[in-house]
Amino acid sequence: MKNWLTQHVRALLLTLRRLLTTPLSSLLSILVIGIALSLPAGMYVLLQNVQSLAQQMTGTPQISVFLNMGSSQEDTARIGKKLQQHESIGRIEFVPRERALQQLKKTSGLADVIGGLTQNPLPDAYIVYPKKNDAQTLEKLRDELQKWPKLEHVQLDSAWAHKLEALLDFGRLVVLILAALLGFALIAITFNTIRLQILTRRDEIEVSHLIGATNAFIRRPFLYSGVLQGLLGGATAWLIITVSLHLLNRSLAGLTQLYASSFTLHAPSPGDILTLLLFSAYLGWLGAWLSVGQHLWRVEPGK
Amino acid sequence: MPLMITFNQVCKRYPGGYEALKNVSFEIAAGEMVFLTGHSGAGKSTLLNMIAAIEHPNSGSVFVNGQNIATLKGGALPYLRRNLGLIFQNHKLLFDRSVFDNVVLPLQICGFDQRECTTRARAALDKVGLLAREKANPIALSGGEQQRLCIARAIVNRPSILLADEPTGNLDADYAHDIMDIFKSFHQVGVTLLIATHDEDSLRQYATRTLTLKHGELQ
Repeated sequence: MKNWLTQHVRALLLTLRRLLTTPLSSLLSILVIGIALSLPAGMYVLLQNVQSLAQQMTGTPQISVFLNMGSSQEDTARIGKKLQQHESIGRIEFVPRERALQQLKKTSGLADVIGGLTQNPLPDAYIVYPKKNDAQTLEKLRDELQKWPKLEHVQLDSAWAHKLEALLDFGRLVVLILAALLGFALIAITFNTIRLQILTRRDEIEVSHLIGATNAFIRRPFLYSGVLQGLLGGATAWLIITVSLHLLNRSLAGLTQLYASSFTLHAPSPGDILTLLLFSAYLGWLGAWLSVGQHLWRVEPGK
Repeated sequence: MPLMITFNQVCKRYPGGYEALKNVSFEIAAGEMVFLTGHSGAGKSTLLNMIAAIEHPNSGSVFVNGQNIATLKGGALPYLRRNLGLIFQNHKLLFDRSVFDNVVLPLQICGFDQRECTTRARAALDKVGLLAREKANPIALSGGEQQRLCIARAIVNRPSILLADEPTGNLDADYAHDIMDIFKSFHQVGVTLLIATHDEDSLRQYATRTLTLKHGELQ
């Protein structure tokens, strides 16, 4: 066990030393990986922000229930009670037709036109706030309410939420495709750097084989190198995103002030950062592993 | 004495038809010091390479320390080689590291801890008279010193078999003498040695048993 640990610590130190002996080329590959990763990761962070912004703006979605014109007060009260007792409805609000008309006068700027009406064209209505806010529950509730008697119309204010959701789905797909493509790029970059490392260390590999090194011993520093390069690339991507967000937030501050809102872009969560680092380290390992499998046996003596 | 190295009707033919070894059979007991001689291209290097499983026979079998090299699994090969000290004609030293680091490499491969590594590497360097040069780069060493460094790397693991390919090849008589003395001291502590050389002086002075190859055949 101690032996095993010694071997690994030694391989890691060796890798670090090698990384530092070629600082410029190491830095360049790390930077390339970082930039490649920061694209999908940055887009992902922006999407997260748009999503949380959308949730803020829609608030809790609501269903408007319009009663039949001329329904009696008892009917209205009965329906109100029934709604209140419904298991998936949290809270309801009654909007009498008079108040609805007044609101319309105030907000729409059609006071003159409305003033000319001889009678109120608006029905009594309830605004229903469901307990759960996901699209499925809302639609199910709307469909159910539509079947109730004495109701003129049930309207769910989720159409634009749907559109936004579809747009976000599209964005997520773009991020996924970008991540996949640039993930391959990361593997290719690591593959190539490890290939070059193997070629420049030919003599060492050959001698090590001849004096009894196992394949694992020879592979180890190269695999560590791939992991380390991926990990540092991931950290670079994180740095790029953090700095970009900082800059964006500064210019956003001016913009949101004009709109009297206080929207700022949030940094990725620790979980997201960890995922990014693990993902990039894994891809680095994979690239190194493929490269070692492809190139190491050519250096082996007696083959 | 148990047998250390056994060749049993070994043939080696290279692609293109050149026959390097023809029907070679011999045995070397533990603790023997044997010289392998013959003209250039007689197959000396091929024979040594087969013991270290760097090359493989087309027919016949090679046993090292009771193990048949041909049936050795890939994973067992490194452990066989750890028991061999190889001294190469072209030294195969690593010029990107110090003399000390060259010698310490086999110990790191075996997984010794740092202190053990340092002690053993220093002892090996002392044995070949290079302790004062431990921080130098091998490129700064003379031919004789490089050869001795190669020996230090081969023995640092305390192998039971030492294989040397032309260890005195390009050295003048004094240096050659030094190196043969070092080999003799290993022989005295029970190491099995097989030394390929065509240096007449060394053969005359040190040879206890000599195998002679001629056009791939043992005389």
